[in-house]
Amino acid sequence: MAKTMNERRVISVVVMNESSVLARVTALFAGRGYNIESLTVAPIPNSEMSHITIETKGNARVMEQITKQLHKLIPVYKVIEHEEMVEKEMVLVKFPIAENLSDIASLAAAYNGGIVNVGREMVIAQVADEPKRIKHFIEAAQRYNPCETVRSGVVAIER
Amino acid sequence: MQMNGAQMVCEAIIAEGVKTVFGYPGGAIMHVYDEIYKQNGFEHILNRHEQAAVHAADGYARATGEVGVAMVTSGPGFTNAVTGLATAYMDSIPMVVISGQVPLSLIGTDGFQEIDAVGISRPCTKHNFLVRSLEELPRVLKEAFYIARSGRPGPVLVDVPKDITVEIGKFKYPDTVSIPSYKPTYKGNKRQIEKAVEAIKRAKKPLLYLGGGVVLSNAYELVRKLAEKTQIPAVETLMARGVMGAKNPLLLGMLGMHGNYASNMAMSETDLVISLGARFDDRVTGKLSEFAKYADVIHVDIDAANIGKLVEVDYPIVGDVKRVLEEMIPLLEGVETDRYRAWREILKRYNELHPQSYIDSDEVIKPQWAIERIGELIGEDAIITSDVGQHQMWAAQHYPFDRPRQWINSGGLGTMGFGFPAAIGAKRAFPEKTVVNVTGDGSILMNMQELVTAAEYKIPVINMILNNHFLGMVRQWQTFFYEKRYSETDLTFQPNWKALAEACGGIGYDVTTKVEFDAAVKDAMEQNKVCFMNVAVNRFEDVLPMVPSGGALFNMMLPPKSETDGEEK
Repeated sequence: MAKTMNERRVISVVVMNESSVLARVTALFAGRGYNIESLTVAPIPNSEMSHITIETKGNARVMEQITKQLHKLIPVYKVIEHEEMVEKEMVLVKFPIAENLSDIASLAAAYNGGIVNVGREMVIAQVADEPKRIKHFIEAAQRYNPCETVRSGVVAIER
Repeated sequence: MQMNGAQMVCEAIIAEGVKTVFGYPGGAIMHVYDEIYKQNGFEHILNRHEQAAVHAADGYARATGEVGVAMVTSGPGFTNAVTGLATAYMDSIPMVVISGQVPLSLIGTDGFQEIDAVGISRPCTKHNFLVRSLEELPRVLKEAFYIARSGRPGPVLVDVPKDITVEIGKFKYPDTVSIPSYKPTYKGNKRQIEKAVEAIKRAKKPLLYLGGGVVLSNAYELVRKLAEKTQIPAVETLMARGVMGAKNPLLLGMLGMHGNYASNMAMSETDLVISLGARFDDRVTGKLSEFAKYADVIHVDIDAANIGKLVEVDYPIVGDVKRVLEEMIPLLEGVETDRYRAWREILKRYNELHPQSYIDSDEVIKPQWAIERIGELIGEDAIITSDVGQHQMWAAQHYPFDRPRQWINSGGLGTMGFGFPAAIGAKRAFPEKTVVNVTGDGSILMNMQELVTAAEYKIPVINMILNNHFLGMVRQWQTFFYEKRYSETDLTFQPNWKALAEACGGIGYDVTTKVEFDAAVKDAMEQNKVCFMNVAVNRFEDVLPMVPSGGALFNMMLPPKSETDGEEK
């Protein structure tokens, strides 16, 4: 195959919203040795379906197989291998209250986010942006001694 | 109509036209068995192990083309059925297995005989269901049968909690199925078919590569027609034996690891592979980079995921082989058959150079002789099942298969112990046909309890044990690749086969000479009783030709031309 590079790809899987459908999808990845970098799932409003977004890696042949094998699952309605997409990810980071709050607020603001909660000992910042920018934000936040970082995984929509 | 869940299960089986169910009762499925007792719409065969029940339903399905049905209880009943499900899954066999489950309220509590059946069977079923309410039971059963037989067929598990089988509700078996997310493609793309036809007309050395999909789609007559019209030679996979018919001059034979010389050379030299319902299994292709190296590939398959999975395809056609051929054959009107004459001549010479052969002996029965001989004695109408190992390959190589569904074996999963119960299923479907399970002294012991089943129900299956006192195929690899270290393959310690068969209500024959062989076959066919025919064969006989694992298809170890079997006898 011409393309042997392991590329990062985002796949959307529209499934019938029934029990164990997520297990079918993830078991397929596990059983056939495909990667899952991140995964999000939520029901599609006003329908009996759910939308699963999977961030994965693989060469062209692997991607083709992933798409086809997903399609074979009975409750899978549609598989979209994203080409032109808008993708977003969210991250929540918890900092000790002793850190410089205005610095943290400015940093989060630079990534289109902000402080969403302040407690007695902790402050929580939230950022929602492109996955690459999320990565940069997390790197930049390291100097404020974050005690916990939670990423949501990617959601994507084709343009 | 008001009824309980157990009755609904029975009514669905009857509505689907199933005549025989194979199974084994137990706690969680007892209510269903209670209803089976009361009904007379189908018969139930009590196999003596759940695995055998599923294999029997599988054999029934392979012989008839209909959906096979097996029934088991929860926990160990289900786990015993898993090998049966996986066997059917790998060979795309339509089957519905109904398993009992602990009551809904106990699920997740590690209840007695509870196991996550849908979790375990997910990778070895086409689809599976855990029934969650009585209301959905009729729909689930209908969908299970539909999914099993449509598209690329496969086994479907329906796991039914015990309380649902007791509950009473309204039953109406749905007439139709609507699963918006499941729409198999049957009709091939017209433009792709036209392109493929052009490629066939342009080719100089085309080759029909026939797989199990031809059998599943009941397309063998069209395949024969295609071959006859175009005079293109054909090779069959293990799963497609019988498609062309042994006497067909266009059939080169079986290809792959134990394919014959002409078939493997044809695949190595062809310029156009016409793949019909085959999936380029590693046992067929050998080293992928050398496989059909000079060829363009037409791949017709109902499963899009098979296309381009292992081999790059130039003309992909997603669709049912039968439907695609119906469109393709008229387009080949006026194809010049002379165009491929030189190619056919080359292949004919290959076949003369190294025919599928073996050296016969007067002192000892050669397993290949036994296969050929039984083919002569029992006639074209017989059904042959097999277990897994050397005997399976000899049967595939040497039996004169005349039609599809005559040859029933576990190709994909390679399940030892499959042959005997599958033969029981096939014989139940076609009581008038002679059914022979070609087996080995290793495989047969893996489901020998079925002697009791076959004796009880008077299902006279002939088990021809090609006995070399070895796990022969593993022994062969040990000879070739492990410097003859016969690790755990020596089966010198054996049961008294004759006594064993008789103890279970069958007949036993010990055969050591050709005369005894003929006599035993004749007697077995007259006795109408299940039998073990213990045939002592040459101990160190190898299955040849052989392409060593991972090697190129054209690098074959060929059969000796004279008796040079240097092994200790």
